[in-house]
Amino acid sequence: MKLAERDSRVFLVVGDLGFGVTEPFAQRFPERYLNAGVAEQNMTGIAAGLALSGKIVFTYSIANFPILRCLEQIRNDVCYHHANVKVVAVGGGFAYGALGATHHATEDLAIMRALPEMSVVAPGDPEEAAAATEAVAAHDGPCYLRLGRAGEQKVHDRPIHFQLGKAIQVRQGGDVTLISTGGMLQTAVETADALSHKGLQVRVLSMHTLKPLDAGAVLTAACETSAIFTLEEHSIIGGLGSAVAETLAESADHEVVFKRFALPSAFACKPGSQEYLRTHFGLGVESLSDAIYAASHARRLFAAGASL
Amino acid sequence: MADLLAVLYNGILRVDPKRPDWAERDRFILSKGHACAALYVALAERGFFPDSWLDDFYQDGARLAGHATHVGVPGVEISTGSLGHGLPIACGMALAAKRNRELHRVFVMLSDGECDEGSNWEAALFAPHHRLDNLVVIIDYNKIQSLGTVKEVLDLEPFADKWRAFGWAVQEIDGHNVGQIEQALTDLPAKADKPTCVIAHTIKGKGVSFMEHKLLWHYRSPNSEEMTGAMSELGVTE
Repeated sequence: MKLAERDSRVFLVVGDLGFGVTEPFAQRFPERYLNAGVAEQNMTGIAAGLALSGKIVFTYSIANFPILRCLEQIRNDVCYHHANVKVVAVGGGFAYGALGATHHATEDLAIMRALPEMSVVAPGDPEEAAAATEAVAAHDGPCYLRLGRAGEQKVHDRPIHFQLGKAIQVRQGGDVTLISTGGMLQTAVETADALSHKGLQVRVLSMHTLKPLDAGAVLTAACETSAIFTLEEHSIIGGLGSAVAETLAESADHEVVFKRFALPSAFACKPGSQEYLRTHFGLGVESLSDAIYAASHARRLFAAGASL
Repeated sequence: MADLLAVLYNGILRVDPKRPDWAERDRFILSKGHACAALYVALAERGFFPDSWLDDFYQDGARLAGHATHVGVPGVEISTGSLGHGLPIACGMALAAKRNRELHRVFVMLSDGECDEGSNWEAALFAPHHRLDNLVVIIDYNKIQSLGTVKEVLDLEPFADKWRAFGWAVQEIDGHNVGQIEQALTDLPAKADKPTCVIAHTIKGKGVSFMEHKLLWHYRSPNSEEMTGAMSELGVTE
């Protein structure tokens, strides 16, 4: 709303979803609002046409609908033409967990990362989400914005400086680094707190932008801490863990321990709340802190042995 | 469809080769991007780029690729090649013009086989609902698609009725009759508040006896002997 008040080019296109969310915009800016109906391919083509006519277009739907059904429209119509379209998916990961696997958006980051011209953003808390919305609107070109559902806890306890492609350091620490993307930030912070009770100084980075990735922050962590762990509510293939691994694998200046915490490349066979499914797949605070402690403890023993 | 393009670029489309990005230009999207050779020739004739660009069409490192490509080619509005993309984009452009109270029009040419794509029918629902009477669809209805006749593969009939039922102002014309093409594309919109759909009945390979109605020529390029024969039948002397 604030964006649209400031910039008359801002245009919202929805795929007949957003009950209770989109009405204020539609009423305030009827000339810059469109419900394209349950037709995501057409919605995305229209968005490209609007953007190529000078609009800054946000397409909005839930989970996989605004990206997978219309993937080729995003690739050809939006990305190839460098159309100023921001694809917004609400319900990233297991936010709609109980609705079943059709509504689990768990490969979106990998798929969007692979598209040329596309920036990929998954903010970690409501404050990052607000800043990310401003940032993608100001960025000239296609963006994918993965949001959770409204009502997530605020993680940042002080004002943030949000910049696309720059990780935010949420906790300082010199022993190990946790890098999270999207709504796993809260879990990352709680895991860091649990580990600090066990004597580990944990750095936490919110990697809200997956593409372009902040390789500098990753490599700094690889040099300054002894282990890096990635946390994401996304398939183990192609998301944050893969992006960080690619960066680490091509840099030889470190001996960092590295492990990805993500979802297996499999459909969740049971429905459940976000919390239930996270825990089921090993992304709960307790199992994460145990696994991370064990991995970094092994590392310390190894380092101690090597120095003898 | 060469006849359709010739009429479009000879007075129907308000475009300016000197200012391909002129904001008030009519937009033309060739959704059947595989037929770009004809578009490139029309653009060169109209002066968007030199004829010499046509010489290495489709070859390694050439300016002009084998499907309509906007990158580095003045006058090509949208890159196409995957079918079913042009009409939704055209809807977005037509909607933007309406919302901005601009007077330019948006033309999009589809193939018949392309109408198998569901995305076109999403857009076909959309345009009349939003009264996009600045939008014109032209369908090159040559009755042949990739692997056979339209009737055999996935019959579109009753084709005009389908568009009418979706809310379009439909005209059926002989797509090789210049007078009929001009008439259909001159008084637009055909009906107030409705998008226009011109179904142009055409003959694939029109004017060359050994090419007409032949699926083979969807794929083959003529050898030099066939080329000479074809040009002679078409009455081209140069």
